[in-house]
Amino acid sequence: MSEAREKILRGIRRSLGRGPRLGEERAALQARLASPRPNLIPKRARLPHAEQVVLFQAMAEKLDATVARVSSLAEVPDAVAEYLAARNLPTTIRMSPDPELDAIPWDRRPLLTLHRGRAAPEDLVGLTPAFAGIAETGTLMFASGAARPATINFMPDTHIAVLRSSQVVGDYETAFARLRAAAGREDGLFMPRTVNLVTGPSRTGDIEQTLILGAHGPRRLHVVLVDDEAH
Amino acid sequence: MSAFPVTSRNFRKNTAKAHADENLRKALKRMESGAIVRRAAVVAELPEFDALRDEALAIKNHVLGNLDFYLERFEAQVKAQGGHVHWCATPRQARETILSICQAVGARTATKGKSMIAEEIALNPFLEENGIEPVETDLGEYIIQLADEPPSHIIGPALHKTKEQVTELFHQHHRKYGREERVTDPQALVNEAREILRQKYIDADVGITGANFLIAETGSTIIVTNEGNGDLTQMLPRVHVVITSIEKVVPTLEDVSTILRVLARSATGQEFSSYTTFSTGPKRAGDLDGPEQFHVVLLDNGRSDLLGTEMQDLLRCIRCGACMNHCPVYHSVGGHAYGWVYPGPIGAALDPHFLGIEEAQHLPNASTFCGRCESVCPMRIPLPDIMRHWRERAFESAVTPPQQRFGIRLWAWVAMRPALYRAGARLAMRLLAWLGRREGRLSSLPFAGGWTAGRDLPAPQGRTFQELWAARRGARK
Repeated sequence: MSEAREKILRGIRRSLGRGPRLGEERAALQARLASPRPNLIPKRARLPHAEQVVLFQAMAEKLDATVARVSSLAEVPDAVAEYLAARNLPTTIRMSPDPELDAIPWDRRPLLTLHRGRAAPEDLVGLTPAFAGIAETGTLMFASGAARPATINFMPDTHIAVLRSSQVVGDYETAFARLRAAAGREDGLFMPRTVNLVTGPSRTGDIEQTLILGAHGPRRLHVVLVDDEAH
Repeated sequence: MSAFPVTSRNFRKNTAKAHADENLRKALKRMESGAIVRRAAVVAELPEFDALRDEALAIKNHVLGNLDFYLERFEAQVKAQGGHVHWCATPRQARETILSICQAVGARTATKGKSMIAEEIALNPFLEENGIEPVETDLGEYIIQLADEPPSHIIGPALHKTKEQVTELFHQHHRKYGREERVTDPQALVNEAREILRQKYIDADVGITGANFLIAETGSTIIVTNEGNGDLTQMLPRVHVVITSIEKVVPTLEDVSTILRVLARSATGQEFSSYTTFSTGPKRAGDLDGPEQFHVVLLDNGRSDLLGTEMQDLLRCIRCGACMNHCPVYHSVGGHAYGWVYPGPIGAALDPHFLGIEEAQHLPNASTFCGRCESVCPMRIPLPDIMRHWRERAFESAVTPPQQRFGIRLWAWVAMRPALYRAGARLAMRLLAWLGRREGRLSSLPFAGGWTAGRDLPAPQGRTFQELWAARRGARK
């Protein structure tokens, strides 16, 4: 509907009392997009890295997620198995077909059954790798891709995320900057199809403003936080 | 289901109905203690909250001044990543565009995330008329879809429903899925809706969501939700349609980060909503899930006419609902009384633009001008000022009823003659004081029977404000 397009753009320019942005004005706007600058970052996020990791855990727990800290990727199977056993949850897991998760020595807990691929309706436990943890609100960032189908973040009742401590940042802006840097391009075309910022489990207040967890997405969100940094 | 009739013209009748509704009274009462307290608590946790508001406001103003540039850039980025952008000047164009997208894939059902723009264009009845079943998946929207009612709040659409009413609705509509039992516990009600809707996501051919923001830098659309329904809506069907409006574009991810920090805190009193999801184009080569088609339907519906006017600030609105959560008038009458899609102070300021001042003439008057809406608005939209503009326009265009116009004219004539005004006020105050001398209050007044029907006027002491002021100033000298 290019007719409507022209009509809308013309209408905007008429209301603003000017023509299209050209020349220097246009260049200034393009420059603003080409090198995005963070605005005010709350003080709460501006901490030494180790304290950001502590804040991430505290905020995630405050917002109804659970967090288990382990000292290496090798301990992830134990942490996952213990979490599931303590809550009497099934041990069959839908896992992202992700090389990093595959490198975990899962054979240490042979009772865990792993299925790789996108989520199916019957999956009850999902396991996915986080791209970042954002300390200021205990938020996880997930980036979709061939090895990381986004459905696993939403369909299973229980969502377990593996996050490395080096992936914890203070604020959203730093996480986005890492996403940009990971793609290594400067034309703005770096976003994965789906980027999920996840803060706690699914919830609703739609029945008499009573908070209830597990509306449509996961009822439980558990973070296995792996220490991958030298001390 | 047909489109809900606009009833803004009947605001007074609507409020009478609202006042007689016991369930609504209870629901609104809960809001006063809930939403306001939660917002205050979470704002107190973030010392930079007001500074962030100022930055968010500056970002939006910058966008509005360059809206054409940012929209074109957004469009280019969506296209570069395999998506489509459909510009629609009118609700009708938007409805038809969405229908043709649905028809092109032979869609029979479309799941929907919560979208106020979809309400604005009355999308559901149109899809139904054309043989496509729209399924609302946000729990609140699902409840009111079953009840065949419009939303009564922009973020809590079923706020006016009690859990007993939800029980009955589910009982009545879920029997066809073999559920005979009456469920009363809120958790069990949520579980029941979860299980029934889960199959709907999987069966749907098209998923329609709104967008809280559009990012010019990356061509992404963003939804902010708590339930996760919007995500299942957009990732399971083959086609993802985003219905949105032109003022939602923001330059960069950094800019949206700033605005996101004030959104959830203002809306639900949360530090951050559970799910903030960025969608960019259709699924990529090798992706195991995600939609094959990505369409952004970009609606103007007269928004571009607001630019450069005293109403432009309305386009900064991020639809958080804080204004209605804090509005004494909304607390008293609820959302349906406003008679159209946007209730509360933002509706009182916005609806006249969409509906015309004649239809919406009562809405800008549905305010005590206490200023609470403006004080909590994360975008500092001067809502009372804008309502005042609409009152002026109603007067100028002779929409205001003759009796009121006469009263306003008379008052203006007197007010412009200070000596007469002072004398008149003095006389009136003395008279009212004398009339109320025994009881200390007046239970009826000429020309103000409506006002005194529900309350008494405390009797004045006998001297006017100006007299008292002059006396005070004299004493200080």
